[in-house]
Amino acid sequence: APVSSEKLVGVVGLEIHAQISSNSKLFSGSPVCFSAPPNSQVSFFDASLPGTLPVLNRRCVEAAVMTGLALNCTINKKSLFDRKHYFYADLPAGYQITQQRRPVAVDGVLTYSFLGGKKRSQVVRKHVQIKQIQLEQDSGKSLHDDVHSQTLIDLNRAGVGLMELVMEPDMSCGEEAAAAVRELQLILQALGTCQGNMSEGQLRVDANVSVHRPGEPLGVRTEVKNINSIRYLARAIDYEIQRQIGVMQRGGTVHNETRAYDSKSGETIPMRDKEGLQDYRFMPEPNLPPLIVFEDNATLPPGVDSSQVVVVQKIKEGLPELPSVKREHLVQAYGILPEHSFTLVNEEGLMEYFEEVMKATRKEPRKVIGWVMNELLGQLKQQDMSVSQSPISPAALAELLELQETGRVSSSGAKQVFQVMWGSSGKTAEQVIQEQDLGLVSDATQLHNICQKVVDSHPTEVHAIRNGNAKVLNKLMGLVQRELRGKADPVLVMEILKQKTRGGGC
Amino acid sequence: MSAFRLTGLCSCRGVSLKVIESSCNLSRNRRGCLQRPLLNGTRLFSSHSLNSKVPRVPTWEQIPEEQLPPPAVVPADLVDKLERLALVDFRTKEGLACLEKAIRFADQLHLVDTSGVEPMDSVLEDRALYLRNDTETEGDSAEELLKLAKNTVEEYFVAPPGNIPLPKREERTAMLKHSEF
Repeated sequence: APVSSEKLVGVVGLEIHAQISSNSKLFSGSPVCFSAPPNSQVSFFDASLPGTLPVLNRRCVEAAVMTGLALNCTINKKSLFDRKHYFYADLPAGYQITQQRRPVAVDGVLTYSFLGGKKRSQVVRKHVQIKQIQLEQDSGKSLHDDVHSQTLIDLNRAGVGLMELVMEPDMSCGEEAAAAVRELQLILQALGTCQGNMSEGQLRVDANVSVHRPGEPLGVRTEVKNINSIRYLARAIDYEIQRQIGVMQRGGTVHNETRAYDSKSGETIPMRDKEGLQDYRFMPEPNLPPLIVFEDNATLPPGVDSSQVVVVQKIKEGLPELPSVKREHLVQAYGILPEHSFTLVNEEGLMEYFEEVMKATRKEPRKVIGWVMNELLGQLKQQDMSVSQSPISPAALAELLELQETGRVSSSGAKQVFQVMWGSSGKTAEQVIQEQDLGLVSDATQLHNICQKVVDSHPTEVHAIRNGNAKVLNKLMGLVQRELRGKADPVLVMEILKQKTRGGGC
Repeated sequence: MSAFRLTGLCSCRGVSLKVIESSCNLSRNRRGCLQRPLLNGTRLFSSHSLNSKVPRVPTWEQIPEEQLPPPAVVPADLVDKLERLALVDFRTKEGLACLEKAIRFADQLHLVDTSGVEPMDSVLEDRALYLRNDTETEGDSAEELLKLAKNTVEEYFVAPPGNIPLPKREERTAMLKHSEF
């Protein structure tokens, strides 16, 4: 067969574990809470003491169905629970209850976007297939104490409900994976089924990475773990793709292994040496009958207690507004560009900030967007701050914009005011304008006098303007501004100058 | 916490004669060949007429070897792998013989015609799965649970640094030579 001359490209599939936002665990009534004292949220079942049995939490089923519906999945009316066996100190039972054979939701699609194109201003839309969403138990936490050669086990997390989302390998690079995860995060947060905080372990992402030439069969894949943020996700994937390409180009072979991402070095390093392929000996969970969810009220068996059933129709009707719909609404309501509404929804808190400003100013939305995207977001990004940390509140920004609208300050002046406000905590726009003497002069008489002075002292220029060279007006404008130390209202000055330099039979 | 309650037949002894008679009449409608219960006051056992589902004489027939598929061979590697996965020792002659007999016994299932029958993995399959409300009802058992462990450090359970690898087959055989098995 002819050797393909095409370049090697990456193939990325993601396995995501989302911790279900609920009051109690998946199969027991222990509380679910971040950062509680060790082993203070563990029931006898969680510790897998003999004689205990799992009891399914209805909220977790609803969360899985809700998430499945938001991702356009088919909800399996009947799904089954299985045991996945492996030994580790943080898995007290020696097995995890999961849904390997028939999960609660299958065959969905996640539509995500990112800003691409030459100037990163075009919204690029992509899809990734969701193979399935299954309910499963989380394991406890292990803290490795190398000094004393021991591992400390905290079972608070053992038994917490997880939704495992398996995505097909439809992505090709770190940027796509990061954008997909970001969109999923926004969806889960909008649904309230998962808070999606990666650094707190509420959303855990493992990447399956391989390389191949387009059209040829998929290459050997490696699993990359220990990724704690969306930024690291992109970096880890891109590093791994490059590493594998390097191996292939040197004539080597990629090994099917698990690698951990090291954020300090930016590299992936091989993880635990598994003795051959793990055999989880899946078996049906004997203590749990099949999970049945009903399509609508019409299909309910007669006389059944409403707290004992999950009805898909009801959940569908209760779905909140998803991010993609939110973006559309912003474009419609404010007439802003899709890439701007994308950024507004994507940046935590930015949309709320924008809408607060819009409430308090008459400025048109497109101009406000300019301020929010460039001045505000630019500064925040530069200093690696979040919207909630902005020293300028929406009300303060709105006040500044109003002052610019009413001609109290020029647009370049306003930008200066913004910078000063940023550095000083809590000073209002008006205060800064006064302190820095940036207020525009719009006194008509004063302007007329100065313009007249400039016109009278520059006959050559006036002559050029009268002959059709309008650009020279800018020179005169510059002279007027110099007289007024830059505080002339440029719109007014231009009008007056045009008036005064009109020649011929006017 | 139990998801369901098993309501089995009570295997109590010395039940009143009235109950025996009525249940006997019921079963007589279904199977004609039931003996009259012993009325002379001897103790009754659950395997007797109270429980009509248990046949009075064995009903299975010995299946001739030719009808069964060839006996499964359990190679040493597989035994090794199973011991590793399940952390169970069964590599003595008796242990292996027991395993092979058990597999042979299960081989009889191959003779059952299951075409058109959905696989069943639990007799609970037509029970309703109980759904619990999402409330905190337990979990405050740190003291009791930690007391069960020999070794704890500041409210944490203590485990070895990682999974202790199972010794190789040869080493294990040497270790077991001196054990009671």
